[in-house]
Amino acid sequence: MDYSQFLAMKQEIGLLIVFLLVFLYDMFMPRRSLRALPGFTAVLMLIFTVGCIFCCCAHGSATTAFAGMYETSPVIAAIKNVLNVGVFIVLVQSIKWANSEPMHYRRGEFYELLLVTLFGMYLMISARHFLLFIIGLEAASLPLAAMVALDKNRYESHEAAVKYMLTAVFSSAVFMMGLSFVYGLTGSLYFEKIYFALTSQFSLMLVMAVAFVIAGIGFKLSLVPFHLWTADVYQGAPTSVTSYLSVISKGAAAFAFMVILAQVFGSVYSRVWEWMLYALIILTITVGNLFAIRQRNMKRFLAFSSVSQAGYIMLGIIAFNTMGVAAMIYYILVYIFSNLAAFGVIGAIENATGRVSMDDYRGLYKTNPRLSFTMMLAMFSLAGIPPFAGFFSKFFIFTSAINQGSTAIYVLVLIALINTIISLYYYLLVVKAMFISEDECQIANFRSSCSERLGMWIAVAGILLLGIVSCVYNNLLDMSAVSGLAAYFV
Amino acid sequence: MFCCGVYGFITRKNMIAMLISLELMLNAVDVNFVVFNRFLFPEQMEGMFFTLFAIAIAAAETALAIAIIINIFRATKNVDVRGLNEMKF
Repeated sequence: MDYSQFLAMKQEIGLLIVFLLVFLYDMFMPRRSLRALPGFTAVLMLIFTVGCIFCCCAHGSATTAFAGMYETSPVIAAIKNVLNVGVFIVLVQSIKWANSEPMHYRRGEFYELLLVTLFGMYLMISARHFLLFIIGLEAASLPLAAMVALDKNRYESHEAAVKYMLTAVFSSAVFMMGLSFVYGLTGSLYFEKIYFALTSQFSLMLVMAVAFVIAGIGFKLSLVPFHLWTADVYQGAPTSVTSYLSVISKGAAAFAFMVILAQVFGSVYSRVWEWMLYALIILTITVGNLFAIRQRNMKRFLAFSSVSQAGYIMLGIIAFNTMGVAAMIYYILVYIFSNLAAFGVIGAIENATGRVSMDDYRGLYKTNPRLSFTMMLAMFSLAGIPPFAGFFSKFFIFTSAINQGSTAIYVLVLIALINTIISLYYYLLVVKAMFISEDECQIANFRSSCSERLGMWIAVAGILLLGIVSCVYNNLLDMSAVSGLAAYFV
Repeated sequence: MFCCGVYGFITRKNMIAMLISLELMLNAVDVNFVVFNRFLFPEQMEGMFFTLFAIAIAAAETALAIAIIINIFRATKNVDVRGLNEMKF
């Protein structure tokens, strides 16, 4: 066996080293130095992220390893780096929560499970064989159920965990059923072989197989009508886990979804899955928006907002061109920054006062001007108001969809645009509550901890700068042009 | 078998019974893979290997689900899903 092919897995191996260091620190360091564990993990993650950005973007072409089961290319390295940045912010924001009284004796588990799920997502993104993909998918979703249940003293945490667990297993069973149909049709589980075997086929079984696969990943991405678990799980899970679930897990699943649809079912794009995805996008964006309007709990509110954001991300897939790939990664990056800024504020307020309802935010501007300003920036970016990054990401993703060219897509983009306006309404509800509404029992002024402030500063810097520094997007576009994906687009 | 599993998952009110239905679905997938492998593509073993991994993954899933259900049982003293309605809409 040729061991040099492990060199292709630089990022996975680096992540594994980070995980082992955290694990050994948790096991063998004296009890009193464990307070530094969250900080230690965040610093390691920062070193790893910076290292990845500098070395892994350097090599220019796609490489495969393990008989084509594993593939890496600049664009794949880029999406992994995007996830790394998001994980770093989540880690920084979770420091105070992890050191709090009810959590401190199981903070090690939180960080270890988090790194393992990230490893699973890496495998999911890089896999070019369905066996490896399934292992990555399960490694990314099973430990998350344990993380959702981490808050043992709160009943909601368990309820959320059991809902997440049952839907996750159900969805992976549906997904594997789809895979078995694909296997029956083509006799292989390699993405490439399936692609070529499907080029001349069209049967009811194929349509069913694709529908099962889309439904299976749709659960992970919380596309409507598979979104019912989202709000409950987001509300019940600890805030740090919710932020991880809503950005990192969703971003990874979206990219993996794109890879599967392009590299496996790319040859049956217009015949089989274009209209399925078309209907899903319209449903996801609209239903997510309409349900978000009536939420009073901030975490449920962001859950439905993330459902509709997932619909926008899907626009990059239905675009089915290299610009769609770049626009989607850019959208995920911007979404990570804006959502984490919002979750940073929610987490800070929850840690200080334990309140998460939107009514509690009334008059927040009077007492905590900086927090409400951060929240406002995050909401504006999520809604897509021009100077902030959210506008540019929406702009690119709409452009990429329009470049696809058919009239149906124009209608789709129009519906998405109308929904952007609806979403503006409920995002501004939060801003209105903070800046205009008055309330007798406001949240008192408090000082958020150093780590929380650092996390929010990074996220805000991302929101403000990413829109202006357009070289990020251009780089992504160049990368996706040379990636292995480009060959599959029509 | 898969449809039985889906039906059971939707109609059962007991979490353990739901878990058993899920197992039924996963086993249906395994049988499907093995049968396809044996009768359509007997010259290679890909489906068999997939089944082996799927069984292992299903075992891990069950272990974790049981652990969470035991936690719920400790908190509420029953395993009925109708009790899990603290959070909705």
